[in-house]
Amino acid sequence: MSKTKYDRQLRIWGEVGQAALEEASICLLNCGPTGSEALKNLVLGGVGSITIVDGSKVELGDLGNNFMVDERSVGQSKAKSTCAFLQELNDSVKAKFVEESPDALIMTSPSFFSQFTLVIATQLVEDSMVKLDRICREANVKVVFVRSYGLAGLVRVSVKEHTIIDSKPDHFLDDLRLNNPWPELYSFVETIDLNVSDHVAHKHIPYVVILVKMADEWTKSHGGNLPSTREEKKEFKDFVQSKMISMDEDNYKEAIEAAFKVFAPRGISSEIQQICNDTCAEPSSNSSDFWVMVAALKEFVSNEGDGEAPLEGSIPDMTSSTEHYINLQKIYLAKAEADFLVMEKRVKNILKRIGRDPSSISKPTIKSFCKNARKLKVCRYRTVEDEFSNPSVTEIQKCLADEDYSGAMGFYVLLRAVDRFTANYNKFPGQFDGGMDEDISRLKTTALSLLADLGCNGSVLPDDLINEMCRFGASELHVVAAFVGGIASQEVIKLVTKQFVPMLGTYIFNGIDHKSQLLTL
Amino acid sequence: MVLMDAPQSKSRDLDKLLLRSGNLVGPGFFPGTDLRDDIREYVRVLVVGAGGLGCELLKDLALSGFRNLDVIDMDRIEVTNLNRQFLFRLEDVGKPKAEVAAKRVMERVSGVEIKPHFSRIEDKELDFYNDFNIIALGLDSIEARRYINGVACGFLEYDEDDNPRSETIKPMVDGGTEGFKGHARVIVPGVTPCFECTIWLFPPQVKFPLCTLAETPRNAAHCIEYAHLIKWHEVHGGKSFDPDEPEHMKWVYDEAIKRAELFGIPGVTYSLTQGVVKNIIPAIASTNAIISAACALETLKIVSGCSKTLANYLTYNGGEGLHTKVTEFESDKECLVCGPGILIELDTSITLQKFIDMLEEHPKLLLSKASVKHGKDSLYMQAPPVLEEMHRPNLSKPLYDLMGRVEKDTVHVFGTALKNEEKQSSLTKLRVVFKEVDGVADMDTATLRVNSKRKTPL
Repeated sequence: MSKTKYDRQLRIWGEVGQAALEEASICLLNCGPTGSEALKNLVLGGVGSITIVDGSKVELGDLGNNFMVDERSVGQSKAKSTCAFLQELNDSVKAKFVEESPDALIMTSPSFFSQFTLVIATQLVEDSMVKLDRICREANVKVVFVRSYGLAGLVRVSVKEHTIIDSKPDHFLDDLRLNNPWPELYSFVETIDLNVSDHVAHKHIPYVVILVKMADEWTKSHGGNLPSTREEKKEFKDFVQSKMISMDEDNYKEAIEAAFKVFAPRGISSEIQQICNDTCAEPSSNSSDFWVMVAALKEFVSNEGDGEAPLEGSIPDMTSSTEHYINLQKIYLAKAEADFLVMEKRVKNILKRIGRDPSSISKPTIKSFCKNARKLKVCRYRTVEDEFSNPSVTEIQKCLADEDYSGAMGFYVLLRAVDRFTANYNKFPGQFDGGMDEDISRLKTTALSLLADLGCNGSVLPDDLINEMCRFGASELHVVAAFVGGIASQEVIKLVTKQFVPMLGTYIFNGIDHKSQLLTL
Repeated sequence: MVLMDAPQSKSRDLDKLLLRSGNLVGPGFFPGTDLRDDIREYVRVLVVGAGGLGCELLKDLALSGFRNLDVIDMDRIEVTNLNRQFLFRLEDVGKPKAEVAAKRVMERVSGVEIKPHFSRIEDKELDFYNDFNIIALGLDSIEARRYINGVACGFLEYDEDDNPRSETIKPMVDGGTEGFKGHARVIVPGVTPCFECTIWLFPPQVKFPLCTLAETPRNAAHCIEYAHLIKWHEVHGGKSFDPDEPEHMKWVYDEAIKRAELFGIPGVTYSLTQGVVKNIIPAIASTNAIISAACALETLKIVSGCSKTLANYLTYNGGEGLHTKVTEFESDKECLVCGPGILIELDTSITLQKFIDMLEEHPKLLLSKASVKHGKDSLYMQAPPVLEEMHRPNLSKPLYDLMGRVEKDTVHVFGTALKNEEKQSSLTKLRVVFKEVDGVADMDTATLRVNSKRKTPL
C-alpha cells in the first residue's frame, strides 16, 4: 500500500532514492510558513524523521500565513502545532519537536546538530547563519538555508563536498562510440551487408551499422582519419545519403541525422578529466567510495579504456529489424559488462592498497558508477562566512548593472543590510507603521556602507528596491514562503538521494517580476 | 521575528503589501483597508483542478486574502495522489477531490468559503465562468487548458479600434508540472498571448509508428503499446479499454510479456505497463508547491495591483541545478481564440446555410459541421437531433437578419476542424461584418452592387 502511495515519485528517483529518503533525519529551525512548507513536501515524500526547533507561540497573525496552525493553536507552541499537522500527512514519518529558540540552541548546544543528516535553517539572521554553518561543517551535516522576506527570498545549500554518480542530466549524448568502435562491434557490423537486395531488409538496417561501416570506408580512403573539416563532414553525409535507394528509408534518414556522432571528439569530457585530476582522486585510507572509484576510472582511462570511460551499455531506439536491434543491444551490453569487470578489479586493488576490505564497495555501486562515469558531478560549496566576508566583487558589480540581474542582486545585498539594520536599531526597517521615511534613509545608508565594506564602491542599489524592502517590513507572505520552501525541499531531496544535481550558488527569489537568479558569489 | 508587541491582525503580513503604497506596483493600485476588505468580500476566484496543483492553489489563495473560492474537479481521490495532494488522507480514497479539498481548507482557514463542484469543466454553463474575477488553472492536460482558454477568451470583446474592452477581460493564471520541471504563466486575454497563441510551446505527443508496433518492436514500450492498441481490439472487438480497470491492465501486461518473450525483448514490468498505457507523468510535492505558489502570487498581484506582474511566462527546472526563466511572449494578433476574430465580410443576402458551407472552405478555419451562436442565441445546432430540427428553418434565412441586422458583430462557431491532420472539436470566434449596409431597401440591387465590389474570396 505504501509503495503505491509513492508510485509517482518512485518513477523519478526509484527504490534506491526512496530508501535514502526514508533513512534521512531532517532538522527544521523555525516553523513559520517558510520552514513548515519546506518540511511538508518532505513529509509527503516519506522522509525518515523530522525534528522541529522553534520556541515561539502561535499568534493571531500566524493564522493569516501559516497552514499548519489554526484558531485552537493560538497561544500554544508553534512547533507542537506544526508537528501534529505534519504527522497527519504521513504517519510513517517520525515527527518530534523541541520548544527552543534556534538562535539559543546554536549558541549553547552545537552538538545537538550532529545527529541529523541535514538541517533546514529558515529565517535566520546573518550572524546565526554563519555560526550554524560552522557547526554543521565540522559535524559533516548538510545545511540548506532559506529565507523569505516580503517578496524577496533566499535559498543556499552549504556542504563541504557533495559527489554525485546518478546525476540524471536531462539531455546527454548516448554512448554509441561511432567515432571509436571496438573489435566486437566491427565484427558484428561486418556480418551485415548494406547492399542487400531485399528492400525491406535494406531499410531495416540500424543506423549504427550504417555509420560504423561507412565511417570505416571513409577512414580507409582518407589516411586513417575521420571527417574533420566542414566540407568533409558534408561529403560524408552525402556519401551516406547516396546509399539510400528510396525516400521512405527512415534508417538512412536517422543515419544522416546522427552523422555528427561520428565526428564527435573521442575520449572523456573535460569535466570528467577535471574530476580525475582532482587532488581527491589520489586514493588514501579516508577516501570516500566515490573517490576510490574515480581513482579506478583514472586508471581505466589510461589503460584498458584507451582514452575512453567504461561503455555505458544502452542504445537509443532506432529504426531496425527486431533481430538486428536485439543483437546490437547484446554487443553493447557485453562490452559494458567487460569494462565493468575491469573496473571492479581495479576498485578492489585500490581498496587493498589503502588498507580497506576489497569487497566494501558493492557490485551494484560499481556498476552504477560505470554506467554513469561520463556524467559524474562534484559540488563544493564555500562556507557562508567566506561568502559573506569575501563575495565576488565582480559578480556583485556586474549583476547590479544588468537589467535582468539587478533585482536579485539588489535583494541579496538588502537581505544582508536589513540584518545589519536590526543589529543597530533593534527592529527591521518598516517593521512597524510610522517612521517609514527615516527607515528608508537608514536602510539606504546601511546598504551602501555594506557595499563599501565588501569593496563594491560606486555600485548603486535602485532606490525603488530599497523602498520596497522597507515596505515589506520583514513580512512572511505565505506564497513566497511556499515558493522558496518548495525550492529548499527539492534541494534537500537531491542532497539526500544523491541523484540529480543540487543548485550551485545562492538563489535569490524576486517575487516582483520573477527575475530570480542563481548568484555565484 | 517580532521584537515588539504590535497590534494583532490576522492579516499581519499581507497588510504590509496591501495597506502600504509602493513604487514597483501595478497600475491603479490603491493601498488601504478598503482594498484588503474588497478582496475578501467581493473577489471570486475559480480554481480549476483539485489535484497536485489545485490543493496547493486553494491553500495559497486562502492564505493570500481571498475568501470566496470555487474549485472544480471531476475526479475521485486515488492512493497514488497521496504523495503530494496533501489535503487528502488514506480514508478519503474514492471521494470527490473537489469536495474533500474544499472541506479541508475551510477547516483550517476560518472565514474562507470554498464551493466545490464535482463535475466536468465542459458541463458548466459559460455564465458560471463569467462570475469569477480570475481563473487559476491546475490542470494536467492540454485539451482541458484549451477548453478553459476558449471559454475565458470568449468573453473578450473588442471596440471599434480593435482594443480589448477592459470589462470583458477574464484573466487566467496557469501552472503545469512534470517531475522537477514546471511552468507558471499569466494570461490576460487581449493583452498577453492566450494559451492558443502559444500552442507551439507544447511538443507533440510521442506516438509510435504502427509498423514498429506491428512488425519490428524493439523495446518494452513497443510491446506494451502493441498489446494496448492492437491486440486488445483484435481480441475484444468493440469493448473499449479502461485503464482504470485492473483486469484490463493485467490483460495488457500479460500480452506485452508474451510479445516481449517472442521477440526476445527485456524490460516489460507491470509498472512500466501502467506508465505507458496511462501516460503517467511523474509528480512530486515540491514542484507542485513551487508552481502553485507562483500562480497564487500572480493572482494576488493581478487582483490587487500590489506589485508588478509576471510578464508573462515562467519556466522552472530543478533537476540539473536550478533554472528559472521569464519570457515575455507576444500575442498572435490573428489568434483564433483571443484575437479580434477572423474577419468575415459578407453580403447581407448570404444565408446561414451558405455561411456554414463557407466555413468549411475558409483556409484558416476548415471547419466542418459547424454550429453557430450569436451571443446567447443559437442560430443553428448540429446536434442533438431535436435541436437540429428546431433550428433547421434558420438555414435558409439571411445571416444578416438572424443577427438582428447589425452591421457587425462577434459570432462563435463550433465544429470539427482539421488541425495537423487530426480532427479536433473547435470553438472559434469570428468577426462578421456586413458590407454595404446603408439602408438599401432593394435586396437585388444591393446584392449586385456588393458582388461587383467584392474583392476578397469569402
